[in-house]
Order: sequence, then C-alpha cells, then structure tokens
Amino acid sequence: MTSTQTESTTSDVAPTGLSTDHSRAAADGAHTHGTGGTPQGSRAERVTSFDLDVITVPSGREEEWRFSPVAKLAPLFAADLASSGVRTTVVESPEVTVEIVGRDDERLGKAGVPGDRTAVTAWNSIKEATVVTVPAQAIASAVTSIRVEGINNTPTANHLLIHAGALSESVILLDHIGSATLTETVEIVVDDGAHLTVVSVQDWATGAVHASSHRIRLGRDAKVKHVVVTLGGDVVRLTPDAEFTGEGGEVEMIGLYFADAGQHQEHRLFVDHAVPRCKSRVTYKGALQGEAAHTVWVGDVLIRKEAEGTDTYELNRNLVLSDGARADSVPNLEIETGLIEGAGHASATGRFDDEQLFYLQARGIPEGEARRLVVRGFFAELIHSIGVESIEARLLASIEVELSKSMSVIEGTAPVTA
Amino acid sequence: MSSLEIHDLHVSVETKEGPKQILRGVDLTINSGQTHAIMGPNGSGKSTLAYSLAGHPKYTVTSGTVTLDGEDVLAMTVDARARAGLFLAMQYPVEVPGVSVTNFLRTAKTAIDGQAPALRTWVKDVKGAMEALRMDTSFADRSVNEGFSGGEKKRHEILQLELLKPKFAILDETDSGLDVDALRVVSEGVNRVKENTDAGVLLITHYTRILRYIKPDFVHVFVDGRIAEEGGSELADRLEAEGYDRFLTSATA
Repeated sequence: MTSTQTESTTSDVAPTGLSTDHSRAAADGAHTHGTGGTPQGSRAERVTSFDLDVITVPSGREEEWRFSPVAKLAPLFAADLASSGVRTTVVESPEVTVEIVGRDDERLGKAGVPGDRTAVTAWNSIKEATVVTVPAQAIASAVTSIRVEGINNTPTANHLLIHAGALSESVILLDHIGSATLTETVEIVVDDGAHLTVVSVQDWATGAVHASSHRIRLGRDAKVKHVVVTLGGDVVRLTPDAEFTGEGGEVEMIGLYFADAGQHQEHRLFVDHAVPRCKSRVTYKGALQGEAAHTVWVGDVLIRKEAEGTDTYELNRNLVLSDGARADSVPNLEIETGLIEGAGHASATGRFDDEQLFYLQARGIPEGEARRLVVRGFFAELIHSIGVESIEARLLASIEVELSKSMSVIEGTAPVTA
Repeated sequence: MSSLEIHDLHVSVETKEGPKQILRGVDLTINSGQTHAIMGPNGSGKSTLAYSLAGHPKYTVTSGTVTLDGEDVLAMTVDARARAGLFLAMQYPVEVPGVSVTNFLRTAKTAIDGQAPALRTWVKDVKGAMEALRMDTSFADRSVNEGFSGGEKKRHEILQLELLKPKFAILDETDSGLDVDALRVVSEGVNRVKENTDAGVLLITHYTRILRYIKPDFVHVFVDGRIAEEGGSELADRLEAEGYDRFLTSATA
C-alpha cells in the first residue's frame, strides 16, 4: 500500500517570503504531489537496466523526458559513443589513489543501475573508467580535484568511480569545463562509516550538451554530502540517485543552478530509502533569467516498507529574475510505511520580491545593487553549507560572474541575446 | 537648515476596482529639528503619506509637489530619495534572507554617503548604536529582519536611522506592537537622533502613548486623506481624551 505526501509541508519553509505557486504549476502540469495522476505508478517500478535493448531511445513523451530538449540530447542516445570528446585529469590528495581501468574491472557497475537512455548508452560505450579510491580509514589532507575538460563535440561517454573506503574522510571536486557532448556516469560508492563530500560543478562553455547519471551507494553509517552546481552549457541534465544499503546512512544533497537565456538545466533526484533508520536532506535552489531559460527539478523520494525510522526532507526553490524564464519543480514523496521519523517536501517558485527591492532602495541602495544583494542572499546559506572553504569562495565568485551577466540584461546595459 | 515641503499632494492606489484616491490635498512643511506628529483613525491615509514620500511603486501621485530644499522629490527614484536625506522607518520591515545586518548596514551607509565608511569608526558606531538600543551583538550576523520579533524589527529600523543620519525621518507607526520597555528604548533612540543630527521627524501614529516619550512640536489630525486639524502638543492630549469620533462624524457628514 502506497500513501503519498500532500500539501502539508509548503507553508513552514518560506523564509524568503516566496510563496508556493501551485496555481501556475497546476496550469503547467509542472508540480505534482505523490504519484497519483502520473502515468508512471511508483518510482520503484521505473525500469532500470544495463541493457541497451531494455532502455530504448525515448520519444520525449516519457515521464522522465517530458521536460527535456530531447532533440539536443539525441546524439547521446546512440549505442556506440566515442571517448575522445573529453580529457579527464585528476589531482589527488596524497592519501588517494587514481587508476585508469578497463571496462571489465569488477569494481565498476556496482552503484545502482542505469535508469534512462543516456545512462545506459554511457555504460555500454565506455572502454575505460577513471577510478578514484580513498583507502579505508584514510583521512584525506587535501581536496582531490577531477577535471573533465571538453575538447570537441563528438558524442562521448565517460565513466568515473569514486570509492570511499570504510571510515575514510575525503572531499572530491569534480569540474566540467570546455565544451563537449557528453554522457557521463559518476559512481559514488561509500563504504561503512565513511564520510565523503562530492562537489560536481558544471561550468561548461556555450554549446555543451551534458547528461550525467550520479549513482551513490551508501553503506552502514556512511555520510555523504553531494553538491551539484550547474552554471554553464546549453543543456545539462543530471540524475543523482542515492541508495541506502545499510542502517544509519545519511545523505545531504545540495544543488545550486543559475540558468541564463536559452539554457536548459535539469536535475532529477531519486533517494531510495530501502533500509531502516537512514536520513536524507535535499536542498536545491535555482535562479533564472532571460528568454527561454528553463530549469527542471524533480525530486523523487521513496520510503520502502522496510525503511522504518526514515527521516527525509526535500526542498526546491526557484527565483525567477526576468520574464520569459520557466522553472518546473516536481517533488514526489512515496511512503510505504507509517513508522518513520519524518518526511516532507516543499517547493516554491517566486518572482523577484518587489518589497525586498523597495526596502533596500529606501536605504539608498541602487536597484542593481539591491538585486545583487537579494540573489547573493538567496544562495549564500546554501553555499556556506558546503563546508569546504576553498570551494565556497570559488562558488561565491562564480555567482558574482553570473550576476554581472544577468544584471546587465535586467538593467538593459547590454543587448539581450538568446 | 533643511526643509521638506509637501504641497497639495494627491495620491491614488491601484485596486481591482480601478484607482482609488487616498490622499486628497496634503499640505505640510517640516523643518530641521522639528517633530510633527500625524495622528488619525485607521484608513485615513497616514501610511500612504509615508510610503508616497519614500516612493513606493504601489502609490501614484496624481497631483501636488514634494520638495526637499527645493529639489523635486517626486522625480527621484526610491534610492535617490534616501540619498537626498529621506528615511522611512517602516511599520512592517521586510525580510532579506541571506543578507546579514552588518553587510546591509555597511552597504546602505556606503550608498548614502557615496563612499565606504572608515572601518574603525564604523564598527565602533554600529556597536555603540546597538548597545544604546539594547540589541544583542549577535544581531549583526543575522539575516536582515529574518526571524526578528516585532520589537527587534523596530529597533533595527531605529538603528538604521541612527547610523544613516537622514535629514528627515518618517516613522510609520513605529510604536505599534511594542511593549512599554521597547517603546521607551526606541523613543530614546529617536530623541538621540534629533539631538545629535537636528533631523526633522514626521511621526505617524494612531495612539498618543509614543508622544509621552517623543514630544511633538506640531500635531496634525489626518482624516479622509487630508489634514483636518492642526495644533501643538495639547491637541494630542485632547485626542487622547476624546478619540477621533468628532472627526469621523464631520468627515462623513
């Protein structure tokens, strides 16, 4: 028996004064609660497979593709993708090891199973993978940086495995730069008692098309902070999955995105509470500005019958800075047991708040600067929750760059280009 | 000496039924060092006057003039009015999540003065003003107005008044929602500002109790969008005894 969470959680999470805009969302068909009315049925029934013949080329009408620019992603639906479009380099902390392994390495393919076409083509196309291992009990003394650099737009597949050994502690930064047409798998295997922070930044150049399946598997008492930052690229479609395999696991999934004119940024999360007494927190925040800027956030949380004592909360907020931008936000919470600690979700998409603007301007602060203050404030708390100072400073700087781009559009000091 | 002159001000607000006239010819001149109390029943247009002077986009000035030392205030943007020397302490200060009080105050001070304040004296000024208003130092790190109690919000407004040092301060129902102790602390703050900067004060209130702490030089009774009666502080005493009934009767007659 599946029960679904309804409206109860939106009003208690409105610190920015934004309201949950269900009226618009309903008109768009863009905000659903639970699974009632969607053709899918339970998220547990979603087909997953390593087999290309099982997950075939989508038409775009499927639930998981209905918001996506399928035509732009189509090159990545091909069965046999190249590996030449990106170059992967790793600068590791001294305690961490890095290997390039063949696709038949037995450590690969252990975290989750591909759940959509780009994930299954990625798996079947790769010849090699980059494996980053934090040995058991190692405490990494520095951030390990993985850089995936796009060098041409040949449809390409890439595979990374981040393996945090039992009781290890580490921070991994994954950067995407340049331009590429890339489908990527990021397996994140976190053994018992390990603490891992993974920050994945998508700061592609214009023209990049990127699909990525992040599959996180948490062992007993493992603790993961998974941070996604999407700023650049024409299309970015990321599907982070988190699966608990032992009791006491905790995952915190943080996302920050800033879509400019013409950009499509899609984040589809799935947290699978399959074992008792695990905790998940999802907080994604996005800003949009410019004609045809489009963001999609889908947060699926499944609390299976066995997962007693689960504690979960997911939140998505979007700040629409100008006309012509569209934010879709779809939280889905399925609860198959009543014996849980807590479960909730909230979604709010709001326009820029004119009262905030008036208040700041009434203190002498010019409009452009007032807008910057508000947007910085919107992201500040989220960035500070990452907990790695060097990364926080870099992201704050990236937000400044986005702000200077978008504010010039809003203030009319630069021509609007799509 | 500065002078804020309001002449024949008419203001309407947009409603679903079309524009609604709220101010119907307000005449008022405030000079530096003077305190004017504007009193009146709910809905008489007191707050509309305050927000119109500050330039809130919801209100449309349909006729009349407002000048500050001869400069046309109505032609200025909201921020330009503040930089020209107007300050509005709001009845419902707005939350700005993620923006700390410290950052906000420094940004505002820099905007008003046209240059960043000297760091050493500024930190001392902020600390001193917060102490005088009995604000805990932890306030500085909190987001602007987020999770503030009613009293904390009002103290924060007066803190800004003390630090930004405007020529004219408009206090929109600053007394509402304050207990006696908070009312005294906030009033002392306003009196300090008057003493230290010779600011002109336009004190908008429904009740007379704040006038026990902040002595008005002039009292104006606002009824139906204009000033119905003017006098000295004795008029406030009379209102306290009689209420607004006689004005309401004449307004509807």
